[in-house]
Amino acid sequence: MDVPRTVFTKRNLVWLAVCLSIYFLVFFLRSYGILGNYHEITIAQICINIMLAVSLNLIVGFTGQFSLGHAGFMSIGAYATSLALRSRPDTIGFLIGITIGSVLALVVGVIIGIPTLRLRGDYLGIATLGMAEIIRVVFLNLKITNGAAGLMGTFRAANWTWLYLLTVMAVLAINNFVNSSHGRACISIREDETASEAMGVNTTAYKIIAFAFGAFFAGAAGGLYSSYFYFIKPDLFGFLKSIDMLVIVVLGGLGSITGTIISAILLSLLTTILQDFSSVRMIVYSVILVIIMLFRPQGLMGTVEISHVIDKFARKDKEDANTVS
Amino acid sequence: MPILSVENLSKSFGGLAAVSHVNMTLESQELVGLIGPNGAGKTTIFNLLTGVYTPTSGTITFAPNGEVYEIQGMRPHQIANLGIARTFQNIRLFKDMTVIDNVLISMHSQLSSSIASSLFRTSKFYNSEREMRKEALEYLSIFNLDKKPKVLAKNLPYGEQRHLEIVRALASKPSLILLDEPAAGMNQSETSHLSATIRRLKNEFGLTILLIEHDMSLVMELCERIYVLDYGMLISQGLPNEIKTDKRVIEAYLGEDAARDIETGGES
Amino acid sequence: MFLQQIVNGISLGSIYALMALGYTMVYGIIRLINFAHGDVFMLGAFIGFALSTRFSFSFFPALLMSMAACAAIGMGIERIAYRPLRESSRIAALITAIGVSLFIEYTMMYFVGARVRAYTPLLPSSIYTFRGVIFSFQQIVIIATTVALMLLLNFIVLKTKRGKAMRAVAADMDAAQLMGIDINKTISFTFLLGSALAGAAGVLVGIYYNSINPLMGSMLGMKAFIAAVFGGIGSIPGAMLGGLGIGIIETMVAGYANSMYRDAAVFLFLIIILIIKPTGLLGSSSGEKV
Repeated sequence: MDVPRTVFTKRNLVWLAVCLSIYFLVFFLRSYGILGNYHEITIAQICINIMLAVSLNLIVGFTGQFSLGHAGFMSIGAYATSLALRSRPDTIGFLIGITIGSVLALVVGVIIGIPTLRLRGDYLGIATLGMAEIIRVVFLNLKITNGAAGLMGTFRAANWTWLYLLTVMAVLAINNFVNSSHGRACISIREDETASEAMGVNTTAYKIIAFAFGAFFAGAAGGLYSSYFYFIKPDLFGFLKSIDMLVIVVLGGLGSITGTIISAILLSLLTTILQDFSSVRMIVYSVILVIIMLFRPQGLMGTVEISHVIDKFARKDKEDANTVS
Repeated sequence: MPILSVENLSKSFGGLAAVSHVNMTLESQELVGLIGPNGAGKTTIFNLLTGVYTPTSGTITFAPNGEVYEIQGMRPHQIANLGIARTFQNIRLFKDMTVIDNVLISMHSQLSSSIASSLFRTSKFYNSEREMRKEALEYLSIFNLDKKPKVLAKNLPYGEQRHLEIVRALASKPSLILLDEPAAGMNQSETSHLSATIRRLKNEFGLTILLIEHDMSLVMELCERIYVLDYGMLISQGLPNEIKTDKRVIEAYLGEDAARDIETGGES
Repeated sequence: MFLQQIVNGISLGSIYALMALGYTMVYGIIRLINFAHGDVFMLGAFIGFALSTRFSFSFFPALLMSMAACAAIGMGIERIAYRPLRESSRIAALITAIGVSLFIEYTMMYFVGARVRAYTPLLPSSIYTFRGVIFSFQQIVIIATTVALMLLLNFIVLKTKRGKAMRAVAADMDAAQLMGIDINKTISFTFLLGSALAGAAGVLVGIYYNSINPLMGSMLGMKAFIAAVFGGIGSIPGAMLGGLGIGIIETMVAGYANSMYRDAAVFLFLIIILIIKPTGLLGSSSGEKV
């Protein structure tokens, strides 16, 4: 219950240490050749999926607004970054591209959000799906994006450092947002929009903020994708891609960031493993999907975060210690 | 100037008049009851006052602290931020949020720090968060809910859920609070405790209260003035004692025949 | 030219309408966007294809058998995948529906391959001209079959006991249950009707486009669902109207503008409709009770 005075609490320092150790662990495993290029591709996929799914969870899981069009925002970031890298194939070009792409995705998110977020439930889902399809068709027909053939990359700017840094930043930003007064306002919309409005929450504004914020990070994830995987084309950002992200979110637990991260890792690994059995890949994937939904429809974590669990155990230890003494 | 004046307020749904030509005034710090049989349009009036519905015609003037606003047609959150809070007939808590988070939502528009300071966890964020929590606990202590701030709202017993709804409404620092059947489902002793608390709230916070309630003894005991609604129209208003003996009110509640029976002392 | 587009639009639209009926009935009763519906339709097209090429059935037997097979498949999907999830969150049910859809698509792909197959001409390709507007025999059969099936469906829903039970469950599932209606049977029956219509649409689309492939169900299904939303979800006449509307819009955009944009146009149109009238053309609003 106690609110700390600064960000430098013991807990946050432990998290910082964990994050840094993960970074250096992978870094050294890479430089000693224990993790090869093949592994790095998987790691890149994990990072990008985490960004996509956590940002989608903000919209769907926390704010309760059903979106089936997240891939549309991703494609905006991807194309912007790819185009920026064409005119300037270096890290600066990458950073310019990913910034423009994310901001552009945010702007499009606001423009799309204002009319569509008045809709509820499945209607909103279908409208966002439609928006993403329209974005795809636009990229399919623009000259600058090279239509259906897509764009080849020029420079692989995204390496482990950028992938990890941007992913951590995205997760941290969304985590901080969700665990603030503004995040509570978003969650209250999910819980009961009418009551939320009656308590003075500008629900329209917060839905748009959550949507735009989610779009921003999806754009950034798209930027990472195009600069890491080189090649992009409109078909990569279709309905199935949006569904992939939604599956990660639902599997992890709507409203759990930790759950989303775990399920992003698991599903990315699953995809990698299934890559070797390409003919039955989608069949196995769909069967696993249905089985998980049938047996654990609330997702792996529900709305619980790992930090809650740790807190609970920590408290329990203390209580046990007290009873002993 | 009255704190709330409703003039000629009407609302119809697809040609059906739910509320028609209602006039009401509430003076500051008054405790007024709104009664009527089921389906008379009481909750519809609450929904009109809080902006859930837009009136078909009529004006609603809200005048807290010397400022005057015409609030018909405003959005619910705007009205809430001007200082009208409410509870709901069919409890609408944020079920999967904790008790304290439910209260913090209402304080959101007054006390929260900016999005940027939340993102970067500035000291401003921690200060506002600490202040909000402290205040929320104070509000919760009114109903002894400050002992369980981390319980999920859905896991509270029924009576405490009703209490939490009142606390949540209070936390937005309203000047006018609308209570929709706060005693529904409560037993005798809970009701009398509630009645004492409502009176205490009114005095302590200087609140104006408009109360919908079916428990007549509570209404008669608590309210200074009463409006009676039937089929969307005001059929009577006055002091509790006047209402008790008003023929039209008895008719509305019991039907014409019964009213005649009472009048003639059951001779027929 | 304009009338020609209308005629083409109506024949395409009647196929959408047949599929939209399945979406709208299922959504009306269990509030689920049945993503697998488009794939049942695809199976219908393949069953019709197999019957006509392997066993040289003619149009009507192929149509009826495909309808029967799809009805069984649809009921099976409901029984296995959807029924256990009836009490859990809507999003879990939706993901399951998507899972089933992917399963059908890629299992089919595994067995028959991804290549596009040309449909056997089940009908003579004669053409009639009336005041400059060209009608093909196929278009006439498509429209006639659709009209006949719709009349039949209307009869079932409005006049039979099962149909009345369906409407009762759609209006209020709990109340219907209290009145002694068997909810499981009624939902099964809804899937039966919807899937049979999808089977018919599958055969008709094979005739119309003259080509089929395992992934054809997703985009066509999506557009049929849009047709259902456009007409007002849950409303049977709405689905018919919506199907025709979407068919006409699509052929108009393809005819007068760029055919690359025709899917986007359908989506844009849907969004505009949703914003202007969220309940669709004939949908009834069920405002939330506060």
